[in-house]
Amino acid sequence: MRGIKVVLFKEVKENLRDRKAVFNSLLLAPILFPILFVGLAWFGTSKQMERAEKVLEVPVVGAEHAPNLVGYLEQQGMVVQAAPEDPEGMVRRQETPVIIRIPDTFPQQWRDGKPAEVEVIADPSRRESEIPMRRVQGLLHAYGQQIGVLRLQMRGISPHLASPILIRDVDLSTPKSRGLLVMIFLPYVLMITTFSGGMHLAIDSTAGEKERRSLEPLLINPVPRWQIMVGKLLATTLFGMASLTLTLLAFRFALPYMPTGSLGIDLNLGAREVGGVLLVVAPVAVLASAMLTMLATYAKSFREAQSYMGLVILIPMIPSILFMANPVKPESWMMPIPLFSQNLLIGEFVRGESVPMDWLLYSIGGTLSIGLILACFAATLFNRPRVVFSGS
Amino acid sequence: MIKVENLHKSFGKVKAVRGVSFEARDGEITGLLGPNGAGKTTTLRMLYSLLPPDEGEIRIDGLDPTKDAMAIKRTLGVVPDSRGLYTRMTARENIQYYGQLHGMPDKDIKQRIDKLVETLNMSGFIDRRTEGFSQGQRVKVAIARAVVHQPQTVLMDEPSNGLDVMSTRALRAYIRGLKENGQSVVLSTHIMQEVAALCDRIVIIAEGKVAADGTAEELMARSGRDSIEDAFVALIGTEEGLLA
Repeated sequence: MRGIKVVLFKEVKENLRDRKAVFNSLLLAPILFPILFVGLAWFGTSKQMERAEKVLEVPVVGAEHAPNLVGYLEQQGMVVQAAPEDPEGMVRRQETPVIIRIPDTFPQQWRDGKPAEVEVIADPSRRESEIPMRRVQGLLHAYGQQIGVLRLQMRGISPHLASPILIRDVDLSTPKSRGLLVMIFLPYVLMITTFSGGMHLAIDSTAGEKERRSLEPLLINPVPRWQIMVGKLLATTLFGMASLTLTLLAFRFALPYMPTGSLGIDLNLGAREVGGVLLVVAPVAVLASAMLTMLATYAKSFREAQSYMGLVILIPMIPSILFMANPVKPESWMMPIPLFSQNLLIGEFVRGESVPMDWLLYSIGGTLSIGLILACFAATLFNRPRVVFSGS
Repeated sequence: MIKVENLHKSFGKVKAVRGVSFEARDGEITGLLGPNGAGKTTTLRMLYSLLPPDEGEIRIDGLDPTKDAMAIKRTLGVVPDSRGLYTRMTARENIQYYGQLHGMPDKDIKQRIDKLVETLNMSGFIDRRTEGFSQGQRVKVAIARAVVHQPQTVLMDEPSNGLDVMSTRALRAYIRGLKENGQSVVLSTHIMQEVAALCDRIVIIAEGKVAADGTAEELMARSGRDSIEDAFVALIGTEEGLLA
């Protein structure tokens, strides 16, 4: 057991001295991800507000055919611009997001009491034109509604007859669960940081030892090889957990700055949630450490090991992507599955739901046992001459 | 005291060692001389229990490395062909790490390092990080960490590889010091001068077998040559892979 402790301390100390590696594996994610999160949210909401409140400036073709309609639009605050030569071309060239065209058939249809056509020219596949287009449609619709009501009233008919159904939305989502839309990335980010935190140490302590030709002399010491490997695995696990904890704390302090209030969203990572998430994701650090160390041990050099790591980092992304494409309801049988269960449970925690105790136990137990099985296998790797001597 | 009987080791189809036997006594320096690829490193790796032999017997102070690897590792000090250091740690920390792996108490490690700093003349760089060390400095640290636990038997694989004249002289003086202490030293080399200058007994290895074995005088007498170099060449059968 002495060997484990000696190796663990040495690996942690040596790696903490590598400033660049420490910054990349422990500090970059906790700084970058919350800023990215909050920044993107700010940018998104402020853009949305800006578009919704901006004065609508819309060119109108054929304004002379419907002076009352145009008057109504101006009354509602729309600025009517002169008709362009080539309305379709103008929209296509993105010179203006939306144009109204009133055909010359409009007065005749209007007088005959038939639905009078008005064209809204826009390209809804361009996301920035969506809001002005909807605003224009809304104004036209409101005008049509108003005239319709007046026409029915003039004929002595109750306008209610024309709207047989009234739809009312009953919204049951709590403010927190609406926040989940924004928080869908949180599980994903936390998994990634758990993996990336230990990555450099896993490579440095295995493939790195081979590359600097210090592995053979290390193995000549009177310490069983599995103990040396376990020391390295523990160091990698610690770094993964450190990275996870720092990222989680960074989010806890960054979330109050999210512009969620304006969207009616309330996000909260209190001490209870942080503790729960840590407890649930900690076994992932064991799993990550075993996987990373195993791969890095097979590699002959630092570079070769790094090229494998790009693939390993994809593994924690798989469940997140699956849930984004197909959200599922958490159930007991999913809990022992590593990475999946953490994704679900982080979601539950952040929504403020109470998580059943047996789910927690299944998740922690399942992930931990698979992690430990892999770790046991990794611990035997230094017993293979081919692994030890490759690259030398 | 090392006794080796009829060692064999193959890697796939390559027969690296095929029948090596020799003896290395305490208070003597035994040199394994042979061209590159003769099987010296493989033989040493079997001695320090990194590789199990396919056939044959090894006894180091009565211990069998295939059965009692941990005990063997405690009695041996090994400077292998790979002598990488941890560059983000100082020379002292590198040596300390090995002392701790041997389970030595911190106080003993400190005393032992002070002693080694003196004998190996390392005071100028012992507390510097090993990044950018010269070959000579690196070899000194590698030797110091290998013998931090005061082993009875010291194995060195090509110890003077890449060293300049001054460092080589210092290294030889240190190895002679071990011999005077009554320790057993086995070193492998492909440099003829090294064995001639240093070794009490010479084991000439070629193509995985022992070609000849004895003191320098015995080897000259056996080959009928009057210079050591000629004797080596005659016994190995070729000059290839050897350095004067």
